Amino acid sequence: MSESTGAQLSGAASLVKALEDVGVDTVFGIPGGAILPAYDPLFDSSVRHILVRHEQGAGHAAEGYAMATGRVGVCMATSGPGATNLVTPIANAYMDSTPIVAITGQVPSAAIGTDAFQEADIRGITMPITKHNFLVTDPALIPRTIAEAFHIAGTGRKGPVLVDISKDALQAMSVYDLPTVVDLPGYRPVMKPHTKQVRETARLIVEARRPVLYVGGGVLAAGASADLMRLAELTGIPVVTTLMARGAFPDSHPLHMGMPGMHGTVASVGALQKSDLILALGARFDDRVTGRLDTFAPDAVIVHADIDPAEISKNRVADVPIVGDAREVIVELIAAVEADHESGRVGDFAAWRDTLERMCDTYPLGFSPAPEGTLAPQYVIERIGAIAGPEALYAAGVGQHQMWAAQFVKYERPGTWLNSGGLGTMGFAVPAAMGAKVGRPDATVWAIDGDGCFQMTNQELATCTINDIPIKVAIINNSSLGMVRQWQTLFYNQRYSNTDLHSVRIPDFVALAQAYGCEGLRCENADDVDATIDKAMAINDRPVVIDFVVHKDAMVWPMVAAGTSNDDIKYARDMAPDWDKDEL
Amino acid sequence: MTRHTLSVLVEDQPGVLARIASLFSRRGFNIESLAVGPTEHVGMSRMTIAVNVDDLPLEQVTKQLNKLVNVLKIVELDSSTAIQRELLLVKVKADPQTRSQVLEAVQLFRAKVVDVSPDAVVIEATGNADKLEALLRILEPFGVKELVQSGMVAVGRGPRSITDRTMRVADRPA
Repeated sequence: MSESTGAQLSGAASLVKALEDVGVDTVFGIPGGAILPAYDPLFDSSVRHILVRHEQGAGHAAEGYAMATGRVGVCMATSGPGATNLVTPIANAYMDSTPIVAITGQVPSAAIGTDAFQEADIRGITMPITKHNFLVTDPALIPRTIAEAFHIAGTGRKGPVLVDISKDALQAMSVYDLPTVVDLPGYRPVMKPHTKQVRETARLIVEARRPVLYVGGGVLAAGASADLMRLAELTGIPVVTTLMARGAFPDSHPLHMGMPGMHGTVASVGALQKSDLILALGARFDDRVTGRLDTFAPDAVIVHADIDPAEISKNRVADVPIVGDAREVIVELIAAVEADHESGRVGDFAAWRDTLERMCDTYPLGFSPAPEGTLAPQYVIERIGAIAGPEALYAAGVGQHQMWAAQFVKYERPGTWLNSGGLGTMGFAVPAAMGAKVGRPDATVWAIDGDGCFQMTNQELATCTINDIPIKVAIINNSSLGMVRQWQTLFYNQRYSNTDLHSVRIPDFVALAQAYGCEGLRCENADDVDATIDKAMAINDRPVVIDFVVHKDAMVWPMVAAGTSNDDIKYARDMAPDWDKDEL
Repeated sequence: MTRHTLSVLVEDQPGVLARIASLFSRRGFNIESLAVGPTEHVGMSRMTIAVNVDDLPLEQVTKQLNKLVNVLKIVELDSSTAIQRELLLVKVKADPQTRSQVLEAVQLFRAKVVDVSPDAVVIEATGNADKLEALLRILEPFGVKELVQSGMVAVGRGPRSITDRTMRVADRPA
């Protein structure tokens, strides 16, 4: 089945019409020689093109757009360096299963392989970091390829798809033919879980004493937050949400133990570690969650539900593997548990919940006060979260500020926390916030960034100002590459090799913000924090950048040092929780 | 580690060999032998890949392969239920003194001489890896001047075809 108009169109016009027909409203990109033909019909299109300042910004903006809206984000670049500048965001989207389509121009097909000007084999380069990619040299195949690219990016385990189109294909004429149904024989994601495995899971729940719902980004991707809430409340099983799943379950809920992993809460790490049944939903047993794998949750039976069969038993062998969409798995599991309840088989986890509650009370998240006259970065982030509230969206870069933003902003809803989890891409925050604001123009969007990260992609502030994208940027300025510095403090005898950025003096972030047409603010005292945030919240006609000058010795706690066991978690330097006292 | 033979049906698309080869390399597996060719269906190729891995990593690499959009089906063919063959071309020194002994070896292994010159012959042999290895052991003393070997190809025994079910799902209007 297909939709054909019969009229001859250029490949470029076909491309733009296909983007319109698959429902694209926004493209982030930069033109250049090879992609130039596409920009001519784009000029007249209903698709909004946002001209960014660096292709990496286009890619992260597409990711931010996708994470905030649940739709496929789109970025566009020319051949060669334009395309290679997209490599980082594409790799980032691959690691975090974010649905984006990247469209790149390629040199004319006759020149491919000749080392022509601005030629790079972007299809070859992106093979290991895309879900799939295409090189199109026939104009007639452009609409169909676009339809396939969006289908692959936005279904199953979502991810990035690259479509590379040669310049001659963009210029040549063909009949527009867009398939209405995409059917790829080698691509059939399994959505519906196996009933037997779901029933087995329900049976294990009844028998368990210390079960935990280990919730990953797959629950957000499946739009299953409401279903997760029903399952948790029906069973009374405690929940932990990974860095990728913050917001999938409300932080205010009494069953929520917080984030697990290297910088997770003691209660969350403890819940997994002491569990006898882990129900992993759309999570992938990442090394940052498990710590040393052979000591991770030694007594736990593992139920692992994931839409990607290759994740199951990749790191930790699953006792009950379930392949399926997180939402369908949860819905079926609720039905199975309800059936058990009706026949009187109900798990009792009250004692376990009490234990974890005690752990939450004994080892709450917290931070040491800043030295006199300086500002604590955690306090700044906590206040932004409190003032902007759970309706706002928060994008972060990578490092200490990211962990504090994951810890001290309280997330209540899905799609409000955007960060680079798997790849750990510094510079993600500003362009991702920009993309999120374009996708959700009514929402307040904060980029919580570090002074190191900010200097990698801050040129997109020009894009924001010119295109009326009023994001708010909080630079948590400790004048250093803070997380690396923290490791130097802990593991390299305080030898601070190349982590001092001198950002207190250079650049002057307020002047930089003003140069970009943004409101620039600075805050150096705890007493001024609320007023500064309030002022930023009141400005909605241009982007706001706040330089929060914070003290550089603050550290992220708790911490499970890399390569060590979760059992060795420290909630502050040299302070380990007393597991045994909790009679687990 | 054990030797496994995977038969992989793929769409005949540019770049598919690169995708598969790079996936093996990225996940840290060494391909021992690889053969690619057309199948009885237009647009579908078949790869026979021999790898030395343990069972769990093999499961992981199979799952990763299955995620490639151009991969249609993967079947493991073990030597007891499949016929496995390789092709060998070997150029062996054979002068008037040794030629008859070389020809005797050729006959014993049901191989063929496909080229003769005054001091060498080219021998063609097919068989499984063990047989070809045995032939080479016999020929080595005469002096192997050049050796070239194909990747292994394999097909399951019995009436069923691995493309049967795949063709039904692969059928679609062009």
